[in-house]
Amino acid sequence: MFQVRIHGRGGQGVVTGAEMLSIAAFLGGRHAQAVPSFGSERTGAPVVAFCRIDDHEIRLREPVMAPDALLIQDPTLLHQIDVFQGLGPDGYVLINTNRSFEDLGLGEFMAGFRRERLCTVPATELALKYVGRPVPNVPLLGAFAAISGLISLDAVIAAIREKFSGKVAEGNALAAGAAYNTALEAKKEATHA
Amino acid sequence: MLKQIEGSHAVAEAVSLCRPEVICAYPISPQTHIVEALGEMVKSGELDRCEFINVESEFAAMSVAIGASAAGARTYTATASQGLLFMAEAVYNAAGLGLPIVMTDANRAIGAPINIWNDHSDALSMRDSGWIQLFAETNQEALDLHILAFRLAEELSLPVMVCMDGFILTHAYERVDMPTQQQVDRFLPPYEPRQVLDPREPVSIGAMVGPEAFSEVRYLAHAKQLQALERIPVLAGEFSTIFGRESGRLVHRYRTEDAETVVIAMGSVMGTIKDVVDEMRASGVSIGALGICSYRPAPLAVIRETVKGARRVVVLEKSLAVGLGGILATDVRMALSGLHLHGYTVIAGLGGRPILKSSLHALFERAGRDELEHVTFLDLNWDVVNRVLERERTTRRSGSIAENVLRDVGVPTASGV
Repeated sequence: MFQVRIHGRGGQGVVTGAEMLSIAAFLGGRHAQAVPSFGSERTGAPVVAFCRIDDHEIRLREPVMAPDALLIQDPTLLHQIDVFQGLGPDGYVLINTNRSFEDLGLGEFMAGFRRERLCTVPATELALKYVGRPVPNVPLLGAFAAISGLISLDAVIAAIREKFSGKVAEGNALAAGAAYNTALEAKKEATHA
Repeated sequence: MLKQIEGSHAVAEAVSLCRPEVICAYPISPQTHIVEALGEMVKSGELDRCEFINVESEFAAMSVAIGASAAGARTYTATASQGLLFMAEAVYNAAGLGLPIVMTDANRAIGAPINIWNDHSDALSMRDSGWIQLFAETNQEALDLHILAFRLAEELSLPVMVCMDGFILTHAYERVDMPTQQQVDRFLPPYEPRQVLDPREPVSIGAMVGPEAFSEVRYLAHAKQLQALERIPVLAGEFSTIFGRESGRLVHRYRTEDAETVVIAMGSVMGTIKDVVDEMRASGVSIGALGICSYRPAPLAVIRETVKGARRVVVLEKSLAVGLGGILATDVRMALSGLHLHGYTVIAGLGGRPILKSSLHALFERAGRDELEHVTFLDLNWDVVNRVLERERTTRRSGSIAENVLRDVGVPTASGV
């Protein structure tokens, strides 16, 4: 079973991101379970959502304690809560920022992880450019597809179209594609480095 | 058709396939996405020949459901938590009048303290109301149970409450197999009421019944529930023939044959329990689990038959009979009368506290060594509890318990300045 934890703030589409991830995994023929962390979600407050992906029916109903991947939609959370809790050294980490891990002061910490599984993505910038709103969830999913290979970009775009329609859907699809390409480049560099 | 959708939406689609004629709901928290989605379906015309009635309170929701059902309409509503309590008087009346209303209860805790999260306190507070109460383990079962509920309700002329864990199921996106309209139509014939209010042939229902006949009417309510005990397995069998899967039996057994320890629970926590059972079985522990789907009527004989060879029974429940212990555990004890086995009650998951696999492992291992207390509160923070008790012992004006506990666990409160 592959477990994803998404951290963000109310209004950033954290829960919707987990739901779209589960739809993308489902479209890829997998079983998936997406759940919010059951708080009273308010704009700006820290929000967590989970997604599990497996080849079998998922019966487990506890929160994700030991994630295989972390999607961090707001880098200011790094100083507020222990977002890395339970993450193993083989874990994937994607952070929405236009800075590098080193610039974020995480260089030393991230040295214990596999470089090709780490990625920073300017997801908010991409969302503003293509959707016109600072909603970083979809670009992060695009980047996650590239880094993990667990879901395809096509499945992400199909999931976007299940959740949104019209201009919002098309903008998000473009944002996902752009993030996918950015992340794929970063992954190639990290693999060859 | 396989779909990856939210539990609430899956239930809304299933209810829609049941061709309801009246849906009434009070559109405020704690309401669910279920009626929201159904409201959209009625407005868009996707669900036709159905009236959606926005009512002014939960009490009105059940009262309108009673009126609609008595007029011969297939009637649905949904509620949770305090909403269910507010409609309590009408809930009893719906059952007493024998009206086959189907209602979803998206199970949540009851205040005070205020809490919006999941446990089974709401549904279990209505356990003696005369409603049939079915608990879903998964979103697939939740949607299936609604189809079964309309059939069962209308056949027996009794209301059915489908209980699904609030948030854990209602807000979870997972794979469900959505039946076709044709399948649902094959399973669920048009509603043929036993009693109907019709201006052309005026009758009254809801008579005042005095001591000369009240016991008989009440006994017949009990007898109907006993009929339901026989009908649920039969209808579940028909269901699996038409829909190709098992849903809505009286109980679900999981590796209980020859199990020395049998864990009994209701609802979505059964999934986590099954994972733990598999892991413990793999390391040689003789353990199984029994999920109660039909809470009312209580399948006492089936429970007894399932656990009679076991050494111990652990009832893990998301409810608390204050001053007694377990609610489900008390029912289970009825089923075990005369059997020589250890019985343990575990109160878990109250007000949305996650029930962790690691906690269950430790719990079941202790149960296997017969080291559990008679009643255990899973993962209780004893430091905090003892601090409050100490404060109350030493200080007269010790203040509000809820606010004190929040302060002790480090959660900021409005008054905790």
